[in-house]
Amino acid sequence: MSRKHVNQLLDIVLHAAGLGATLVGLIVLCALLVDIFSDGLGRLSWDFLTNFPSRRAENAGIFAALAGTVWVMTLTAGLAVPIGVAAAIYLEEYSAGGRWSRLIEINIANLAGVPSVIYGLLGLGLFVRTLAFGRSVLAGAATLALLVLPVVILSSREALRAVSPSLREASYALGATKWQTVWHQVLPVAFPGILTGMILALSRAIGETAPLITIGALTYVPFSPDGIWSPFTVLPIQVFNWVSRPQEAFLENAAAGIIVVLALLLAMNGVAAWLRDRYQH
Amino acid sequence: MSYPDPTIPSLADVVSQRVDHDVGNTPTKVAVDRLNFFYGQTQALEDVSIRIPAHQVTAFIGPSGCGKSTFLRTLNRMNDIIPGVRLTGTVSIDGQDLYAPQTDVVELRRRVGMVFQKSNPFPKSIFDNVAYGLRINGLTQSRTELEDRVEASLKSAALWNEVNGRLRDSALALSGGQQQRLCIARALAVEPEVLLMDEPASALDPIATQRIEELVYQLKRDYTIVIVTHNMQQAARVSDRTAVFWLGKLVEYDRTSQIFTAPAEKLTEDYVTGRFG
Repeated sequence: MSRKHVNQLLDIVLHAAGLGATLVGLIVLCALLVDIFSDGLGRLSWDFLTNFPSRRAENAGIFAALAGTVWVMTLTAGLAVPIGVAAAIYLEEYSAGGRWSRLIEINIANLAGVPSVIYGLLGLGLFVRTLAFGRSVLAGAATLALLVLPVVILSSREALRAVSPSLREASYALGATKWQTVWHQVLPVAFPGILTGMILALSRAIGETAPLITIGALTYVPFSPDGIWSPFTVLPIQVFNWVSRPQEAFLENAAAGIIVVLALLLAMNGVAAWLRDRYQH
Repeated sequence: MSYPDPTIPSLADVVSQRVDHDVGNTPTKVAVDRLNFFYGQTQALEDVSIRIPAHQVTAFIGPSGCGKSTFLRTLNRMNDIIPGVRLTGTVSIDGQDLYAPQTDVVELRRRVGMVFQKSNPFPKSIFDNVAYGLRINGLTQSRTELEDRVEASLKSAALWNEVNGRLRDSALALSGGQQQRLCIARALAVEPEVLLMDEPASALDPIATQRIEELVYQLKRDYTIVIVTHNMQQAARVSDRTAVFWLGKLVEYDRTSQIFTAPAEKLTEDYVTGRFG
């Protein structure tokens, strides 16, 4: 075969291979969703959403886990976002760059790859025991906040970097201080990007099971949290708990629980997309 | 069409139509002595000394990379935001050294305003753009005072008639020339004494350029203006004094009509006749 024919054939083969690889991902995702929905959709009901767990599958509900997830997610966002954005602002606007800054950045990126159960161990030692938060919503949220902090810092920093330097220059030339420039000009423009980072972080956190089990989230919780010091459970742990039961009916509950998690994820992304749209003029 | 086009005025025509103002006894606004400027190891300005008179338009000309923009930015310490820069020598305005340790840089940048080559309005409303400098420096006492000063600045920048009634619109919806005049209004709002303009019309069409030049001519009554331009006809039209830069050195500095008709340095003559650069 001539050189030209080989190249053309290679082109077609690579095109097909790329398409195939994409389809593999899509098909697996679809298969997963179809499987879940066929098992769980029937089980979804108002009762399911408002009942507490029970030894009898048909009475078991997800309310405690749902409430726990909402509590923990809100608190995690409240802890991780201000600290993460402030760190990103320092790294991008205030630090002089150079070797220190690069070192910090590499370390933060590495932290993003640390297995989540290790954060659980850290949380157990630091928050549950040393700081005596106990096995509470606060300890869980603090642990997850540490877990997602690298993601928030890195994506916020990217958002700040994307702001045009001419905007900062215009502000400085009018006699603004660095802080005024950051607050009035840079942050508003970087806001959509920071929001995206926040949603990425929460999407990761909502599915985390290992660190929360490690810090002592309960698996059988017949109540919803009544404060940040309260014991709790979250959706993934509840699903995990049901999946380990032998009865078929609990598997249906687990599938329905997964649908609830997916719905929450979709809702969070939807709100973020709407907010991004509003602020992008 | 025959070449050269006789309707386009030559530099000599432009200069001959100038009205020369006596710049001999005007007080000095900005005094620079033996300035050397370094970006890290690279020297960008070498032994520059100049006296810029008040209420005049001084033009900095020279080929690309000759240091004129760098020098302009030393006059309001905008180079401070670039890491790794240093300088020796003195720059003073009204006798006060700008680089003395106790200088308030924020106040300096209010007194010495800057307009950039590519207009950079904030992605806010027209009103908020002009009001920004006033708000962050706490220069107004009431809402009415703020509105009055915004209106006055827009009038000074010859933009008021075009934006009155739509001050809440986004500044980014304006045309290029209007955006640049908005940037001028924004700089004027904080009532500076000196206005630095870094090739303000280079990104604009000829009609918009002409309006900017007319504006500069009117503004010198109230402000001292330093304008960097690569357009020699613009320098000849608009300025009272011209400084010629080359490779970081100040080659010649004299009345504009002198620079363009009978320059003292060969380098100047070669540059203004287009033999290089």
